[in-house]
Amino acid sequence: MSEVKLGTYICRGCGIGDRLDTAALSVVAQKEGKAQLVREHDFLCSADGVATIRQSLEGGEVNQVVIAACSRRSKTEAFNFENVTVARANLREQVIWTQPDTPEARELTQEMAADYIRMACAEVKKMHVPAASANAGTNKRVLVVGGGVSGMTSALEAAKAGYEVLLVEKTGALGGWTAKLYKRIPFREPYADPVETPVHELIAAIGKEPRIKVFLNSTTTRTSGSPGQFSVDITAESGNTMTENVGAIVMASGFSLYDANKLPHLGYGKSPDVVDQAGLEALALKAAADGARIRRPSDGREVKNVVFVQCAGQRDASGEHLTYCSGYCCNASIKQAMYFKDANRDIDTNIIYTDLRTPGNGEDFYRSAQKKGVSFTKGRVKAVESAGGSLTVRFHDLILNDERATVTGVDLVVLATGQIPNSGMNIELKAEPEKADDGHGPSVEVPVPVPPKAASVLNLTYRQGPDLPQLKYGFTDSHFICFPYETRRSGIYATGPVRRPMDLVQAVEDATGAALKAIQAVENASLGRALHPRSGDLSFPSFRREGCTQCKRCTVECPFGAIDEDEQRYPVFNEGRCRRCGTCMGACPVRVISFENYSVDTVGAQIKAVDVPDEFSEKPRLLLLACENDAYPALDMAGMNRLQSSAFVRTIPVRCLGSVNTIWITDALNSGYDGVMLMGCKHGDDYQCHFVKGSELADYRMSKIDDTLKGLNLEPERVRTYEVAITDIARVPQLINDYAEKIKEIGMNPFKGF
Amino acid sequence: MTELNHKMVEQYRNDFLKEVEANVEEGDWVKMCMQCGVCSGSCPFGPDWEHPPQEIFMMIRAGKRDEVLRSESMWMCTSCYNCIVRCPRELPITHIMHGLANYAHRLGIAPKMNPTRRFAKIFWDNIAKNGRVNELDLSVKLYFMDGFKKGVKRAIEMSTVGLGMLKTGRLNPFGLVAHRGCKDKKGIQKMLKKARELEDRRRGLATRGA
Repeated sequence: MSEVKLGTYICRGCGIGDRLDTAALSVVAQKEGKAQLVREHDFLCSADGVATIRQSLEGGEVNQVVIAACSRRSKTEAFNFENVTVARANLREQVIWTQPDTPEARELTQEMAADYIRMACAEVKKMHVPAASANAGTNKRVLVVGGGVSGMTSALEAAKAGYEVLLVEKTGALGGWTAKLYKRIPFREPYADPVETPVHELIAAIGKEPRIKVFLNSTTTRTSGSPGQFSVDITAESGNTMTENVGAIVMASGFSLYDANKLPHLGYGKSPDVVDQAGLEALALKAAADGARIRRPSDGREVKNVVFVQCAGQRDASGEHLTYCSGYCCNASIKQAMYFKDANRDIDTNIIYTDLRTPGNGEDFYRSAQKKGVSFTKGRVKAVESAGGSLTVRFHDLILNDERATVTGVDLVVLATGQIPNSGMNIELKAEPEKADDGHGPSVEVPVPVPPKAASVLNLTYRQGPDLPQLKYGFTDSHFICFPYETRRSGIYATGPVRRPMDLVQAVEDATGAALKAIQAVENASLGRALHPRSGDLSFPSFRREGCTQCKRCTVECPFGAIDEDEQRYPVFNEGRCRRCGTCMGACPVRVISFENYSVDTVGAQIKAVDVPDEFSEKPRLLLLACENDAYPALDMAGMNRLQSSAFVRTIPVRCLGSVNTIWITDALNSGYDGVMLMGCKHGDDYQCHFVKGSELADYRMSKIDDTLKGLNLEPERVRTYEVAITDIARVPQLINDYAEKIKEIGMNPFKGF
Repeated sequence: MTELNHKMVEQYRNDFLKEVEANVEEGDWVKMCMQCGVCSGSCPFGPDWEHPPQEIFMMIRAGKRDEVLRSESMWMCTSCYNCIVRCPRELPITHIMHGLANYAHRLGIAPKMNPTRRFAKIFWDNIAKNGRVNELDLSVKLYFMDGFKKGVKRAIEMSTVGLGMLKTGRLNPFGLVAHRGCKDKKGIQKMLKKARELEDRRRGLATRGA
């Protein structure tokens, strides 16, 4: 931009004019903010107010805009100007609405407003108008990996919406587990009896759909690129490889049953009459094909007494087996017990459970089974023994507290073993990683692939590893609260039981959602825009090559694997994969990474623009860096509720706490701020961070800053990190006030005035 | 005791459950229990039951025939109906408890000295005889069921209540000798006999005395 012509527009509406001396603010904007043009308006977001701004933009008087009015979250449509940088000074929600309307409070409120004007003027000067990425990928085909019900549903849904689909299935037939079922759990009224599976219908629909191309006996052997421009090698069993280009990928690689051979105490492997749920489905299918009753595998006698063992190798507190609940197996056992009861009411069917969990409309199904005479026994099975041609089940009856409860004369035992995800390699499992701890963040670990336990599904060529990152128990990581289909690899969507254990109904819903996300991804990518959650953002990170020390921190910390390395170990940003969170920017020790409209400078300039009164003024200054996804809206809402908070705080919204560069903290303390608060989302296994790792990384970085503070002879309490949810509306002002009290106790920052 | 009372029942098979379904009033509801325990938690006498209703239902499914039928537990029920009101599966628990008690009694294996059973028996004999309760006869039999000494003690304890009933005409002081009963005693007795025959036929049992 040739010449900076800054226009500052101050709104007097919503009580701002009554509470603040806007004329004085105009002087601040002009003298300190160096605004060429300052306008006050009684109702800035009205058609007339907006027209005032437009006129000066069109007349060329102004090419940068500061709007001093309400929060940047309000009136976004009115204040939407193209090809011009806009900064907002939040005088309404976070100034007048957080301060008491009393003559005594007027001075501090005015100081607050003046600071926000200075900050906005400083910020906008460092901003540039973002241009869409030049590397937009325009391929709109969707690759679906896995031909089970999840994969078939995703493929059909995407095709129905008009997108071409490649469907890759490892085996020789579509259908997955569902094809191996005799019947499925009912999914509509009256939820009383097992019903036919949808497999044949789905396969037929795929056969009729010209937009879907099916690759059987094939796997994905190499995947590279980014949304809109993935390149995938599809290799057939014969070894023939085809390279296809696609825009997005749906990974529906499904689950495997937990290996019942690990449960010898439950008789598996010792007697052929102990089967897992898949084993029983096979028996039921065979019986149906023969037009006969279900027979024992050992001697072919009709089964007269069958026991179902729930949580076999699941919900295991010892940690030897699966520790989680797969969620579908209670309903599945109920369904299987009905196979027997529906054929012959005199067959004894006993389901031994610890907690019967019947999600969805399973409660009706459970009741229907009880009506049919299926027995339910709350107990923990200890052993299944085989003797004299029949089985004995020994268990602890938890209602009667009978440790020696037994069922004798059992013909068949069915073990409900649960789902384990087919998620490929755990890329975070490393043999001894190389460590490069330079004190700036988590140690840089260079993944040394361990001999893979499982073969990779996608074989990504990403620097960070060949498969999707996992969260727990091997299930792929996804933001389960807000964005369940989003994985940590942009444009790749995990769906079905590879994401979390689930049944058919849930898998179909999940697969539909994933297909829609894939469509969103290819559409956004083709416009060079960010995907979720900053959907539509045109900015993208770039780095100053001369300054880069090739430390790899950005490549390691990027939660989305967006950054690769070139031969000289410089970072290579894959813009299509980038979510624009700025975690790389926060990570960079030499601060060479920036976005056009969000950089170390845009925030740094705001920090420096605040007027810091001297040590004897009794007016401390607190910097609050607030995550714009949750903490900042919570602060705004606190204002809307007129919850008062300290007049000494100055809030700067950040894209994610992960984008907070420690230089901001040291700059703030060096320039006399008395304390710095960081508010981000919850982290850990049940994280709420929109960028998965951002708040966790910020917390880690801040824990490291303690040493720096001690080196400066400052108290560690001068920097505090808080986990805040968007609903913490009453808590947020409380945190600010408590912290202000704390700073009062500690005393003022001795660095003021240097 | 009859042969039936020594019936061997396989554990955790449905034999006893089927017996209960066939013979116990509302017995076909037992299988619908989901073992939530709300009934046991709601029972005002809960802590005093050896086996609260939830446990009884499980024992039936577990085939613990003898333990259930010889239990004092069902006899603890005071028909407050808390469990019925609260049962999420809408089981008529109170009725099932009475049904079980009645079935055990009919089989002759109910606990002999259980006070509720004995009171029920005295009450039934009293009302079945004349078609109308003889209050004095009932009180005397009830008070003296554990012997003369205890009877006198109880009578003295309850004397104010008794006098009150006398005053308000609720108790005939000559009831032991001059109880009138209902108009058609014979008819009532015939009716009760017929009802029992019908019930026994429905349950497939040979007619037995009460």
